[in-house]
Amino acid sequence: MQYLRNVVTLKLNPELCNGCRMCTMVCPHAVFEIVHKKARIIDINDCMECGACALNCQSGAITVKSGVGCAAGILNGILKGSEANCDCGNN
Amino acid sequence: MEPKFNFQNTKPVAVVAPTVSTKLEFTDYLGAIKVRWDIGRNNYRVNPGLYKVGKPNNQSDVLVSCNYKLSFDHLRKNLSGLNAWILVIDTKGVNVWCSAGKGTFGTLNLVKSIRENALDLMVSHRKIIVPQLAATGVAAHKVMELSGFSVIFGPVRASDIKPFIEAGYKATSPMRKMDFPFGERAKLIPVDLMYRKYALLGILIGIFFLSGLDKTGFLFSKMAGTCMCPLINILGAYVAGIVLAPLFLPWTPFRSFSMKGAFWGTVITLLIGLGFKTPLLEWITFLMINLSISSFMMMNFTGSSTFTSLSGVQKEMKVAVPLQLIFALLGIALFIVFKLLQP
Repeated sequence: MQYLRNVVTLKLNPELCNGCRMCTMVCPHAVFEIVHKKARIIDINDCMECGACALNCQSGAITVKSGVGCAAGILNGILKGSEANCDCGNN
Repeated sequence: MEPKFNFQNTKPVAVVAPTVSTKLEFTDYLGAIKVRWDIGRNNYRVNPGLYKVGKPNNQSDVLVSCNYKLSFDHLRKNLSGLNAWILVIDTKGVNVWCSAGKGTFGTLNLVKSIRENALDLMVSHRKIIVPQLAATGVAAHKVMELSGFSVIFGPVRASDIKPFIEAGYKATSPMRKMDFPFGERAKLIPVDLMYRKYALLGILIGIFFLSGLDKTGFLFSKMAGTCMCPLINILGAYVAGIVLAPLFLPWTPFRSFSMKGAFWGTVITLLIGLGFKTPLLEWITFLMINLSISSFMMMNFTGSSTFTSLSGVQKEMKVAVPLQLIFALLGIALFIVFKLLQP
């Protein structure tokens, strides 16, 4: 299953990649593969911007504006004037 | 002379970690059913700390988990026959993926928990198995730096943990992929049905009163007599957006969730219109109200889904939310106008 096309903010700089494979392990949608010891994005439209790859990329080759992809959370954020944040577990 | 005693080098003599069963009890199943229906869901927790499964020793694996009891139960029931430690960290009763997204299942909280539970004294190795979905909050290299423990990201699903360990901590590619099959989507429906129950009740009551509107005022007999069709429309739209669109998600046209909701809202409104033989103008009124409801409800399912991005949801909301508002207001206005125009 794939969501809207050409919207995600995921960026990979192959020059900085050290080939550690961490992104291929943490990505829940198999967005990355390793070709010639460098990470490569297979299909960027599979990305859900969870941010796991960027957080675990030691060499800083990956950037993504991550956050909750949740309409209720975004509405919450707009109503409270803050970042998108779901109300689950805030009590 | 008093002997010098260095408190910094003291080690606990005995640490008692409770043993948990890998078999769930009736109360665990009952608890699971309750939280699936949103009853006490925000306070379904286990105490953070170290637990034993089987008879672990200082060589045994350490599995890290959140303190949402539904997740914890799901983990332990998949560990039968294993001797392992479970390190439960305080995620405020939220599941692994959501708490990692919020940062509570995060690097610092994990490191703190490793220290508080003196994990370095409990096991002689220096590796912990962390669920893959926690990688949104846990930076493996930082945990290593701060605690000396190396993070091995385990599979997405707890049911894959045993094969994962047997394969020498290697996950196959399906074990790393988050899918969203029919059964998983179905499990989420009750919570969503319950989540907006007061809003639904409010709308139903509002429509009930508006049904009795007349040139002369509100008539109770008219409310009771004519409310059926509009109330069924509202309920239908609610079910379209919360049950039908999520269940048939991959087979529903459009990529945007609000459009998927609108699709099922249209289908349901058509069927109800045919059933009640609603006149066309009145039917359009219902369609407008129903589309706003079904589309809004399905838009919210982005939060339950496993593949929607923040950028995508923001993009669809920019168009969908204003339209939902306009359709709702226009629909209700037309509904009132028709009532007042009726002889």
